[in-house]
Amino acid sequence: MSQEALSGLFVLDLSENISGPFCTKLLADYGAEVIKIEKPGEGDPARKIGPFPGDEPHPEKSGTFLFLNANKKGVTLNLGGKGGIAIFQKLVEKADIVVENFRPGVMAGSGLDYQALAKINPSLIMTSISYFGQWGPYRDYHGSDIIAQAMGGLMQLTGEPEREPLKLPGSQAEFQAGLNAAVATLCALYFRDQTGEGQHIDVSVQEAVASILESAVATYSYSGFIRGRLGSRHPLQCPSRVMRCKDGWIHVQAGANWDHFAAFLQTPQLMEPKLASIFRYHHADEVEGVLQPWLMKHGAEEIFASGQEWRIPFAMVLGIEELGEDPQYKARGFFLEIDHPVAGRFAYPGAPFRMSQTPWQIARPAPLLGEHNEEIYAGRLGLSNEDVARLRKNGVI
Amino acid sequence: MGAEIIRVECAARSGRGGGLPRMKPGGAFGASFPDGDTGERSYNRFAYYNEVNRNKYAITLDLTKPLGVEVFEKLVKVSDVLVENFSPRVMANFGLDYSALKQISPEIIMVSISGYGQDGPYRDYVAYGQGIEAMAGFSRLTAYPDGEPLKSGVAYADATSGLFAAFAILAALRYRQLTGKGQYIDLSMREALTPLLGEFIMDHTMNRRAAKPMGNHHPSMAPHGCYRCRGEDSWVVIAIASDEEWRSLCRVMGDPPWTRDERFSHARSRWQNQDELDRFIERWTSNYDHRQLASLLQQAGVKAGAVLSVAELVEDPHLRERGFFEPLSHPEAGSHLYPGISWKMSRTPGRLRLPAPCFGEHNEYVFGQLLGLSRDEILRLAEEGVTATEPFSPLDQYSEMET
Repeated sequence: MSQEALSGLFVLDLSENISGPFCTKLLADYGAEVIKIEKPGEGDPARKIGPFPGDEPHPEKSGTFLFLNANKKGVTLNLGGKGGIAIFQKLVEKADIVVENFRPGVMAGSGLDYQALAKINPSLIMTSISYFGQWGPYRDYHGSDIIAQAMGGLMQLTGEPEREPLKLPGSQAEFQAGLNAAVATLCALYFRDQTGEGQHIDVSVQEAVASILESAVATYSYSGFIRGRLGSRHPLQCPSRVMRCKDGWIHVQAGANWDHFAAFLQTPQLMEPKLASIFRYHHADEVEGVLQPWLMKHGAEEIFASGQEWRIPFAMVLGIEELGEDPQYKARGFFLEIDHPVAGRFAYPGAPFRMSQTPWQIARPAPLLGEHNEEIYAGRLGLSNEDVARLRKNGVI
Repeated sequence: MGAEIIRVECAARSGRGGGLPRMKPGGAFGASFPDGDTGERSYNRFAYYNEVNRNKYAITLDLTKPLGVEVFEKLVKVSDVLVENFSPRVMANFGLDYSALKQISPEIIMVSISGYGQDGPYRDYVAYGQGIEAMAGFSRLTAYPDGEPLKSGVAYADATSGLFAAFAILAALRYRQLTGKGQYIDLSMREALTPLLGEFIMDHTMNRRAAKPMGNHHPSMAPHGCYRCRGEDSWVVIAIASDEEWRSLCRVMGDPPWTRDERFSHARSRWQNQDELDRFIERWTSNYDHRQLASLLQQAGVKAGAVLSVAELVEDPHLRERGFFEPLSHPEAGSHLYPGISWKMSRTPGRLRLPAPCFGEHNEYVFGQLLGLSRDEILRLAEEGVTATEPFSPLDQYSEMET
């Protein structure tokens, strides 16, 4: 059996929806054993959010859930009562990592905050994700993805200058927080492996967003400049935007060599001093005006392919529906099919990066609700079949 | 997080925007320098560089010269990890691809970040992060419902790829601790970004549905949007997930008669009539200060937030109390705030220890102390142009800071 990078790690995942499950997905995809712990009966709320095949809601068929939870094992456990809490504590004895994204205070309310868990297992790493962090004036604020994109400073920078700020599509703040949590967790693991000491990690979705504002903060600190929205333009590079072409859209950037770019386009106007200057971004309308007639004569694929031959970084503006047919994704086998016993067989996004020794792999589809109760409670904790049956009868699992 | 990072730069390609004559260029570019002044050494004062390179050392080394490669190989021997983001052919051209480097150091972990990956038909294609957003399906969806494709207002693909690379390195380090084996990591920016659109991809794979831009709307919540407030370019976002939250919002608005309109009586009908609903809500929000209104809504249990400008973000009382922004004093750029550590760790919190390095600042330390080169050898590096004291000034260079 090939060893994966994170093989042998035992992770308890109490998290729901997107941020925490994305963190534990990364751990699971690179080899950790992740036990997803869900509420008996209802499970992760992501099971309700779709998309569903044929748009028919079904708790085992949510595309969001299936994507985020492949490679994990699933158990049910009611943490609202003593029986469930005791079982969780037993699991914590064996765990390397606990990940949760409840509102701050919820874990403490069940007596399961880091202080309590560290008494059971001092080398435990506990990763908590919340919209605004575990302390501070907004600790108890109600969050969602759009709230975090707004309060993290990202939204004010995205969209057209004369229109309302625009969020990034889907749940980008949540994904960023999950990615931050995954990196932080492995940092803590590195420290633990050197010292034996665990610790608590506090990931704030707002701060995850505020960390990626492309030097807007340093620029403000340096000169008081408040960066605004620029549509698809870039504050310093020109041209740099999505533009119309003969059959749709193309993303236009010149690359490092302006002469070369002008030669490719056979547009000598671009060599006028004002447009050839590095300060041409002051004349973005004019630069784009010169480019537009040429672009309208050529199709996106043609511009992309012929431009790339000249090493000019044109990019196509692809729709989701076009990704599967893209020759590069295909050649690298990026999308891969996963067969799920209830939902069926679908193509999922694949590895975010490739490791030569310890490849990313999908060992199992997302778990059915409570699918691994026997395996974990009987097999791992050594409970008898009668114990497990009793827990089930009492609604603990 | 505490690692010792050495940036290897060369005069032709420093990632610093090159050396510019002293000027006050104005605009967004000028604003990237302290007080709008490029100063004597612009390359040590550039906000883009200084924000992402804090806590690192920097040396200069020209890898197109055999002597540069020789020194680099010595560095590899004392390093745990090598990160590069050239086009895929570049490291091989230097004779420094993974197969060469693992001969020198079998334990090295090498990460190559590229636009499209190290193989496949687009392998040699040139890419900047912004174009990657377009190629990964993001730009089509980053749009108002009736609008053209846009981009994130930040270097989203770059930041995301960097985080994935950090995760990859830590995973590889853990494997190395257990087995003693290094490895090679091939990170395509586009492939790193694509999973972040997972639910749209699943909708397409399940239902053959081509995702359309929703602007600030949500597949199930309504109202869900960004609403004008009092003052210039001032906005609040509101997200209503349940009937209870809707009733709370209505109460804060003072239960105006329109809220009882049957078009807004159920979650489903609110969603169907959300454009109309948005107009009603905006009529109300436009009378209020965005931060006061967000706070009022939060107290009533409504998910709401002010759209913070960078100035408001830096002043934000919550982030202040959590110490998110940290000051650093840079010898040539002065004392300024920067985003700090992105998460809080109870035992190993980390902090901003060092300002971004000046060009070639740590040549002495790295070549002398770390590698133990003699004074004469270090002098020879300078004489042969393998090290440099300032970057070239090809005025077209800062398009390269994306890569």
